[in-house]
Amino acid sequence: MRITCPYCGARGLEEFTYRGDATVTRPSSIDARATEAWVDYVYLRDNPAGLHKEFWQHSAGCRAWLEVARDTTTHEIVAVELAAKER
Amino acid sequence: MSQINRLMKRGLVDRDKSISFRFDGQRLEGHPGDTLASALLANGIRLVGRSFKYHRPRGVLTAGSEEPNALVELRTGAHREPNTRATTIELYEGLDAASQNRWPSLKYDLLSVNQLVSPIFGAGFYYKTFMWPASFWEKLYEPTIRRAAGLGYPSKQPDPDTYEKANAFCDVIVIGAGAAGLSAALSAARAGARVILCDEDFVLGGRLLAERGEIDGKPTQEWAAAAAAELESFPDCRILRRTTVFGVYDGGVYAAVERVGDHLRKPAPYTPRQRLWRIVAKQSVVCAGAFERPIVFGDNDRPGVMLASAVRTYVNRFGVTPGRAVVVFADNDAALSTAKDLSDSGVEVRAIVDPRPDASPTAGQAATAIGAEYVSGIVDSVSGAHGIKSVRIKDTQGRMTLFNCDLLAVSGGWNPAINLTTHLGGKPVWDEARSCLVPGALAPGMRVAGAAAGRFSLDACLASGETAGGESARDCGFSPAAPSRSAPAQDDERVTPVWHVQSRGGKAFVDLQNDVTVSDVKLAAREGFRVPDHLKRYTTLGMATDQGKTSNLNGAALLAEVTGRYLGSVGSTTFRPPYTPVAIGALAGHHRGKEFRPKRLPPSHRWAEENGAEFVEVGAWMRALMFPKSGETAQETVDREVANTRNNVGVCDVSTLGKIDVQGPDAGTLLDRVYINGFSKLPVGKARYGLMLREDGFAMDDGTTARLADDHFYMTTTTANAVRVSQHLEFCQQVLWPELDVQTVSQTEQWAQYAVAGPQSRKVIEALLDSGQDISNEAFPYMACGTFTVCGGTPARLFRLSFSGELAYEIGVPARFGDALIRAIMDDGAEHGIGPYGTEALGVMRIEKGHAAGPELNGQTTAHDLGLGRMMSRKKDFIGRFMGEREALNEASRATLIGLKPLDPKMRVSAGAHLVPRHAKADAANDQGYVTSQAYSPELESFIGLAMLSDGPARYGEVVRVCDPLRNYETLAEVCSPHFVDPEGERLRV
Repeated sequence: MRITCPYCGARGLEEFTYRGDATVTRPSSIDARATEAWVDYVYLRDNPAGLHKEFWQHSAGCRAWLEVARDTTTHEIVAVELAAKER
Repeated sequence: MSQINRLMKRGLVDRDKSISFRFDGQRLEGHPGDTLASALLANGIRLVGRSFKYHRPRGVLTAGSEEPNALVELRTGAHREPNTRATTIELYEGLDAASQNRWPSLKYDLLSVNQLVSPIFGAGFYYKTFMWPASFWEKLYEPTIRRAAGLGYPSKQPDPDTYEKANAFCDVIVIGAGAAGLSAALSAARAGARVILCDEDFVLGGRLLAERGEIDGKPTQEWAAAAAAELESFPDCRILRRTTVFGVYDGGVYAAVERVGDHLRKPAPYTPRQRLWRIVAKQSVVCAGAFERPIVFGDNDRPGVMLASAVRTYVNRFGVTPGRAVVVFADNDAALSTAKDLSDSGVEVRAIVDPRPDASPTAGQAATAIGAEYVSGIVDSVSGAHGIKSVRIKDTQGRMTLFNCDLLAVSGGWNPAINLTTHLGGKPVWDEARSCLVPGALAPGMRVAGAAAGRFSLDACLASGETAGGESARDCGFSPAAPSRSAPAQDDERVTPVWHVQSRGGKAFVDLQNDVTVSDVKLAAREGFRVPDHLKRYTTLGMATDQGKTSNLNGAALLAEVTGRYLGSVGSTTFRPPYTPVAIGALAGHHRGKEFRPKRLPPSHRWAEENGAEFVEVGAWMRALMFPKSGETAQETVDREVANTRNNVGVCDVSTLGKIDVQGPDAGTLLDRVYINGFSKLPVGKARYGLMLREDGFAMDDGTTARLADDHFYMTTTTANAVRVSQHLEFCQQVLWPELDVQTVSQTEQWAQYAVAGPQSRKVIEALLDSGQDISNEAFPYMACGTFTVCGGTPARLFRLSFSGELAYEIGVPARFGDALIRAIMDDGAEHGIGPYGTEALGVMRIEKGHAAGPELNGQTTAHDLGLGRMMSRKKDFIGRFMGEREALNEASRATLIGLKPLDPKMRVSAGAHLVPRHAKADAANDQGYVTSQAYSPELESFIGLAMLSDGPARYGEVVRVCDPLRNYETLAEVCSPHFVDPEGERLRV
């Protein structure tokens, strides 16, 4: 498997480290009412058959965290972008 | 023995040169260009092995990598390689091979009695026969079966050969160099594409080497040689001979193994035996050819039964005839060329037997032309156990005719080699017209051409290869010439397949390698195994080294027949890599023994070696465990190193700790969010202990972080978590809070760092510092940090940190000065009694001080459990805060860090032992915690331990049972504070 790093180009899988689901967002609130959001964020993951967004780090390269859109049924990588977003 | 079956003419062997080799100790001769199989056949040797279950005599069935029978042990001693296919071994001077699975000898094999008890070896016999008692399985059944059945034996010695791995990149990879592959590679290379052409054989050409056709007016063998020569002339075309592409992976990655030195007695100097290639290609053309399939009949496994195409290979490529009197048994007209080629070489063909329901005029004419009899009928029985002597033929009227012969050439049609097209999940589809499975949906960028696509005729192979090669080049951005050939629209003979015939003979084998017979398949079907994948697992049909290349489809056809289904709907088993067996050594490459993974050496390593250190692997690091003096026991060494540090001064390399630079205006904010305690208010010139949690509230790592400037922090992590914490910080900074103006970078390799600990440590550091720098207790108090220069201008970072509990410093210099610095420290410390200490003494001192480390930061402990609950800030959000505040993670009843002192100081507090109340039964219900770390404390003159105990801090003074049922050990210990030595920390602040 190969991933095209936006900085470095297409590189082999062994240069990357997998983290997991990139569709979850860390809750901004630490209020007690946010419990459900935190449980979702920390524990609950979908396991879609098909297109999925995942965090990968180009750990043996530029160290950029990436958002990789991958089809879990074919391993086809549809899109790769930097996880660091302008805010 | 002379080569009695060597023909005078034909073939690509060099008859002017001889090669001598041994088979089962017998000295034989062959020629350059031979395989072991062709050389054995040239010498008239037909019996080459015994079968897997029944120990039946077996010969050579094929001339390629699909061979199920002719497996031998190649080479001797540590180089011995079992289950090597004689049909693919290139003959070399001094080759030494032995037959397998026979005792005492190939001709007289005692275990052939297995044939007589064959009823118990039927389908699923393991599952039925050896059901109970269960305890008999490991002790009796399995060892007995393993002795009786099986293939060759490995050497059981370390592999003395070397292997390597290589990467290659290209536009187009062409797999297989037959008619289609050579055409594909030529058209892609002529268009300018970077091409890699791989073929498992040592000569390019595939079937072109084995047939007597013509291409463009040239004999096929000459055309293949010319094509190879042209390909060699392209600078961007790499030809990998003796290279099997065995796997297809995502993203256009192809795995191949190149047998660099297998055709030599020993690999050439400085070359590996085999090389594992990872080839990344934009486009691929699979031209893997096809396998001829046998027809199943009784005793179809006798030596002398051979595939018709293999017979042609031996005659036309190797100049060897596998027999002197031949009967051809084929359900297709293509196999007739076997009879013609044999006859043209002066070999007598006695009969052509045609099992098709309708007699073929073509076949009849072919028989007449060479003086052979044409019989519309089947093989009824075969005689001759060690090699056929005659076959009895039954014609359509039921009349029997006996033909004396020593070779029966069989063809049941062809199966495309679709294996590589299915590795990424592509499902083959049934082609009714050609009666075979052809490739279905293909991997991105993949094309299939020639026989692998079911295009069997020579013209179709050439044309489809040329087209596929050109299209592949076009898809890579090149402009190939228009195809020069066009495939005939109706190029292939329509096949009327005959899968098996009802004969009177003995066992009829579907899978020769696994001894799976027609009756096994029928039995399995009756018992409900109706899907090829189930049939495979129940009967072993299609398993082992050949993976059913000559048997899968025959098995599926039989299954379809006995279950009354259409063959096209039965499906096939799933092919997975590797295509042919790959040595584990090739997959490992250089990564074996001490080179299994990279070894990291801290900066003082050479010095430590010179000073007799014993080392221990800590992750990838080699750390000094201790520095023994002669005559000392390990305990004495550690006790001495601890005592010297506590009484005088010691030095320890702590460079392996993770070191991370955190810089930027928001550096403090980032640290506030990753540690449970605050850092943004930490004054410049100070360091602080910090604990990090995972987002689920459990402890992840700890360490000290120093503030070198307003916008510059220097973090340390545990050795084990250095990589993980670095990635974690990068994730926080890039993904969670990209708005923070901060950057982090690992500095672990960039700085050498030493702990200098003990009452005399200040004097040692002062001696190192360049003059005019003050580190008195007032100027540089406990937890101070700063930048200094040492040894005449070398930049250094100094931290007044202590893991040992003594007055101590950590001093860091750029890694290239690390070796010089340890020597300088030892020189300057000599007068103060300095001694090095290793990780063992380091561990003793941290346990004496009650510092948590790896065994306590075990993924199950929270800040509360480590006694650090009050450090959790209430003022800010940080990673793990919300989940870490959950009630259940902060209950007093949780197992919490305590110290343990055994009532008898000579008794160990066994790490891993469980704690139960003193008078309670030692069972799971009374389990209240566990010991994490233990050491002998020279200061207390007692073994001590750290443990996690339910409600621990409230139970100081209580005596608990320390139970270690795994080691059958138990002792009593008193619960106490984990701070055994200097609990108030007075020694730190002097």
